[in-house]
Amino acid sequence: MSTNHDFDAGSNVGEDRAAGDAVEERTLGQEFRSYVLGLALAVGLTAASFWVRGTGLVYGPSLSVALLVLAVAQMGIHLIFFLHITTDPDNTNNVLALAFGVLIVCLIVFGSLWVMQHLNHNMVSPDELMRMQR
Amino acid sequence: MSAPAVLAPPGTHHVSSQVTGHGAGGPAPKRIIVGYGFWIFLLSDVIMFSSFFAAYAVLFKNTAGGPVAQQLFDLRNTAIETACLLASTFTCAMAGLAVGERNQKWTQIALLATGLLGVAFISLELREFASLVARGAGPTRSAFLSSFFTLVGCHGAHVTVGLLWLGTMMAQFYAKGFTQNIRHRFLCFSLFWHALDIIWVAIFSLVYLVGTLPQELLP
Repeated sequence: MSTNHDFDAGSNVGEDRAAGDAVEERTLGQEFRSYVLGLALAVGLTAASFWVRGTGLVYGPSLSVALLVLAVAQMGIHLIFFLHITTDPDNTNNVLALAFGVLIVCLIVFGSLWVMQHLNHNMVSPDELMRMQR
Repeated sequence: MSAPAVLAPPGTHHVSSQVTGHGAGGPAPKRIIVGYGFWIFLLSDVIMFSSFFAAYAVLFKNTAGGPVAQQLFDLRNTAIETACLLASTFTCAMAGLAVGERNQKWTQIALLATGLLGVAFISLELREFASLVARGAGPTRSAFLSSFFTLVGCHGAHVTVGLLWLGTMMAQFYAKGFTQNIRHRFLCFSLFWHALDIIWVAIFSLVYLVGTLPQELLP
């Protein structure tokens, strides 16, 4: 079995895909339109983020959650349209690696916030410490 | 269920032509291995950024009596930086199409546009940093500012390295053409550049937009 067949994405139907590989069997025009669509969605979500932040129309306390949701949505758009991460069977390796990465990111971020919040809550302030020593 | 004709001893399977990593197809093509390996690297990079994000979130209120985020950040500047990076992601994708078509002229034009937009982004960021330091809000002022400069500066350092890499890619395409190895390197570069934009989405949303919300609206 030769390994010399890795020249074009289109000649590898049935093989795995590398992250970032263009989806196979697409013409140049289709790929271009897909990138334009990705750009339009990303610009739309970015504009929505800045708009939501500036307008007074959105209920204040929900703003941070709304911005988080818009950010996650835009990351998804980037992954799909620019990094070509899809749910195709030949993309399973990339998706599994991504899922593991997301798990670790969530553990680090939410774990740190959780632990440090409790630490702050339980910590004796310096003034209190001085009083206790008396 | 017949036993394989040749049983390779553990650790020597690469010698045997019978044992494969993918059904009967043999080892995956180099492009797949290169792309997958670089994807794993990028995810580890994202994990590194996530610890900086965690540090920023934890230290956000530790301003040591110094300036707070609401007084420091200029959202108009952030919007222009975001536009530059988003446009450069698109021109990088266009360069990918040109590389697929083996078109030297458009490859160079798209990569140059990507580079110029990246330089614009970096100069805006450096200008912002300089203005913060000039206003007495440098990285040594408080834990909050240390974590801010670490997080955003680390992204900026990545973009700078990306720009150097971009220059070498342009030179390689120009001098050696669209050889297989150079196209593999370009695949890695475009993954890197797109991943940087994903990190920036998190930065502009959480550090700048959420960070400058009025105190009583913060979670």
